[in-house]
Amino acid sequence: MKGEDLYSHAQVTWCPGCGNFGVRYALREALLELDRDGIPVENVVIVTGIGQHGKMFDFMNINGFYGLHGRTIPIAAGIHIANPDLRVICIAGDGDCYAEGLEHLVFGAKRNLDITVLVHDNRVYGLTTGQYTPTSPFRFRGRSTPDGSREHPFNPLELVLTSGATFIGRGYSRRQEQLKDLIREAVLHRGFSFIDILQICVTYNDMTEYYNSHIYDWDQDDLGDFEAACRKAREWDYDTEAPIGLGLMYRSGKETFEELCPVPEQLKPGERAALVRKIMDERR
Amino acid sequence: MMESEVSVLVGGPAGAGISSAGQVVAQLLGRLGYRVHMYLDYPSRIKGGHNFAVIRGSGGQPGAIREKMDFLLALNQETVGLHRHNLAADGVIVYDAGEVKNTSGIAVAIREILAEEDAPAVMGNSAILGAFARAAGIGWNLFEDVLRLSIPKAVALNLAVARRAYDAAEEHERVPVLDRPVFPVFSGNEAIGIGLIEGELANYFSYPMSPTSNIMHFLAGLQEEAKIRVFQPESEIAVVLMALGCAYSGTRAAVGTSGGGYCLMTEAISLAGVAELPLMIVLGQRTGPSTGLATYTAQGDLYFALNGGHGEFPRLVAAPGDAEEARAWAVAGMDLSWKFQVPAILLADKVVCEGMFSLDPDKILKRRQETPSAESNSPYHRYALTGSGISPLRFPPVKGEVIRVNSHVHDTDGITTEDPELTRAMAEKRWKKERILEGEIEEMDPVNILGARESSTALLCWGSSKWACHEAGEKNGLRVVQPVVLSPFPEKGFARAMDGIDRIITVETNETGQLSRFIREFGYHPDDTILKYDGRPFTVEELDTRVKEAVS
Ligand SMILES: Cc1ncc(C[n+]2csc(CCOP(=O)(O)OP(=O)(O)O)c2C)c(N)n1
Ligand SMILES: [Mg+2]
Repeated sequence: MKGEDLYSHAQVTWCPGCGNFGVRYALREALLELDRDGIPVENVVIVTGIGQHGKMFDFMNINGFYGLHGRTIPIAAGIHIANPDLRVICIAGDGDCYAEGLEHLVFGAKRNLDITVLVHDNRVYGLTTGQYTPTSPFRFRGRSTPDGSREHPFNPLELVLTSGATFIGRGYSRRQEQLKDLIREAVLHRGFSFIDILQICVTYNDMTEYYNSHIYDWDQDDLGDFEAACRKAREWDYDTEAPIGLGLMYRSGKETFEELCPVPEQLKPGERAALVRKIMDERR
Repeated sequence: MMESEVSVLVGGPAGAGISSAGQVVAQLLGRLGYRVHMYLDYPSRIKGGHNFAVIRGSGGQPGAIREKMDFLLALNQETVGLHRHNLAADGVIVYDAGEVKNTSGIAVAIREILAEEDAPAVMGNSAILGAFARAAGIGWNLFEDVLRLSIPKAVALNLAVARRAYDAAEEHERVPVLDRPVFPVFSGNEAIGIGLIEGELANYFSYPMSPTSNIMHFLAGLQEEAKIRVFQPESEIAVVLMALGCAYSGTRAAVGTSGGGYCLMTEAISLAGVAELPLMIVLGQRTGPSTGLATYTAQGDLYFALNGGHGEFPRLVAAPGDAEEARAWAVAGMDLSWKFQVPAILLADKVVCEGMFSLDPDKILKRRQETPSAESNSPYHRYALTGSGISPLRFPPVKGEVIRVNSHVHDTDGITTEDPELTRAMAEKRWKKERILEGEIEEMDPVNILGARESSTALLCWGSSKWACHEAGEKNGLRVVQPVVLSPFPEKGFARAMDGIDRIITVETNETGQLSRFIREFGYHPDDTILKYDGRPFTVEELDTRVKEAVS
């Protein structure tokens, strides 16, 4: 399989220079490596939200469920609990996953669902042309907040860490090699894998220079240490001036939701009829 | 006692086990050969407040209660105060002697019995049941058998308590045994659960809400045996989307809720419509708007069931009138939603869901299985345009194929499009499916004809008003027509059922006559509507009076 095979024939409609190109490339490369390592691409399903990020569904040539704004995670959960052999990747937006469907993120982490969530965090509503999101900085001037937003952002890494996620990382759309590794590891991880991807939006929120001058790579020594992860998560609050760590932040082992409710072998028609007869007979 | 008729009311404070006492009475009457209906009336509280259950046994199928009781079982004074006027002239009150004052009938020394047996207060209901069994001339062996089956815990102690009360009471009037095959008695919720299992349910998702929570509880108890899983996600939004995820993976799922939860589901119902994903929803109506009366009934969501979700897409809506129909259409809903890749809504209400009914185990519709998927269809097109509008389903993983479902308008591969031709073609594809679905529905007895068939006046009803209408129809010589399927509307079957009708009276438990408005679309113009919107179902006598007023 070649990288090109994983792209569809659909015309790509992202703005030139959009960070989504970098994410798409990293995803493709990660899928190629996974395919080589024994996770065939037909076993992968992407579930996309609604937003510029969601167009990944059309631009990739893999199984997909183009869902609703904010709702990638429950769809992915249903797909995966029905067939745990599939590897399910949510392609979500920051408006999508942190505003409209935040509860599902918290519950996905709480349950330690064995799925991967990639959030294209451009810190703006791209598709609806430039409103502030839960991770836009305080005083963000968007089309609905011409005088600057009146809300401080929340910190998604801290949120998912305290909610129970067992694989947490941060990527950057201009660091594709690192992002590819993160995605591959996230898919391989057994449990809830979450990557907040700082994604450049050239049109509504171009943070390229800021990110380039603030990023550094987290050390990868104490990945299972919850307290260390807390410190890393809190170093930058998406609001105030601080170094921005990239890479894997936390990884731990915990029973997954799917392991706690294995798929039973379905009854055969005769067995089902016998069960119903028994239920009926117990009542007369 | 009227011939082949017996009515029992059991009342007491919430927490006293009135529902289970009612179920024991229902099972007992069932074992005596009666067809049974139980209506449970309780406020939305766990402790305190007045609860009562009315159990009616009849030679015919009762699906509504009568107002006169042959036996009034009172665990508190309130029961007597509220329901004394319901006692038939030859009826009897069986009461807790320590709680109920100034009454006559059969006194049961519950406090003393419990003390002597060292039994907890909740077993008071076993005592009253024991006394009832004796008063009704029911043999101890049968009673013991039923109690054993109905009581999950501390069977011996419950039996000891019941036996003391049984021995201490006297026979009032023997409830005659009817020489008919015994039918099992189930709540509508249980019957729906059974139907879902028969419809090959693998995963059930629900967020607790009356009146459908008991489907979840019933199925949860059967998980091991039935090889199913029951999940309680964070909201109805998650509930319905998980079910759609299962459908994408090729696994049958169902969800249950009431109006408020259905509100939250509507965005996903519309998604199921455009993405052509099978989806089975049980919508149990309760009194609205909003939280309304959480534990009471209404038929206020007909239009909501028919239209919930934005945009236009075909769907199946079936409104069963009792447990037997609920089971049958739960199976059919599962099968048809898979065959046609459309949402199916089983539109019930509190009376059907939480009420109990005798059902004929063999009465089931012929299975409507999906057509086998075309394995040879390669390259695979998820939304292939076919003659029937139905595209073959395949599920990942399939080597060399990409399987896409999409909430946007899409091409045959599932890729987003804004092309006007494709937009039109995909819309027409969806409605093609509906026409074929309607054809199948017409073969499934989608319209019931009850009451006096020869009459030229029709009582037109849907859902839980079915049996009250049937009785009023028989008594007043009126035909009863009950469309079970409301979408796609079986126009042919309905026209046959309405043949020769020159006067239409609709009967519904809602404020605006929703069915009455709905059938105008098909050219039928009701002359009268009988409506009730106090959260309670019609009693037999009440509807009879209202019908007489309407026809006079
Ligand atoms: C229920 C609902 N509300 C609103 C919208 C409109 N909408 C589409 S995309 C979007 C925001 C997209 O922002 P984000 O999730 O950050 O994605 P991006 O475009 O930035 O990738 C909104 C509000 C919708 N599709 N559905
Ligand atoms: Mg965004």
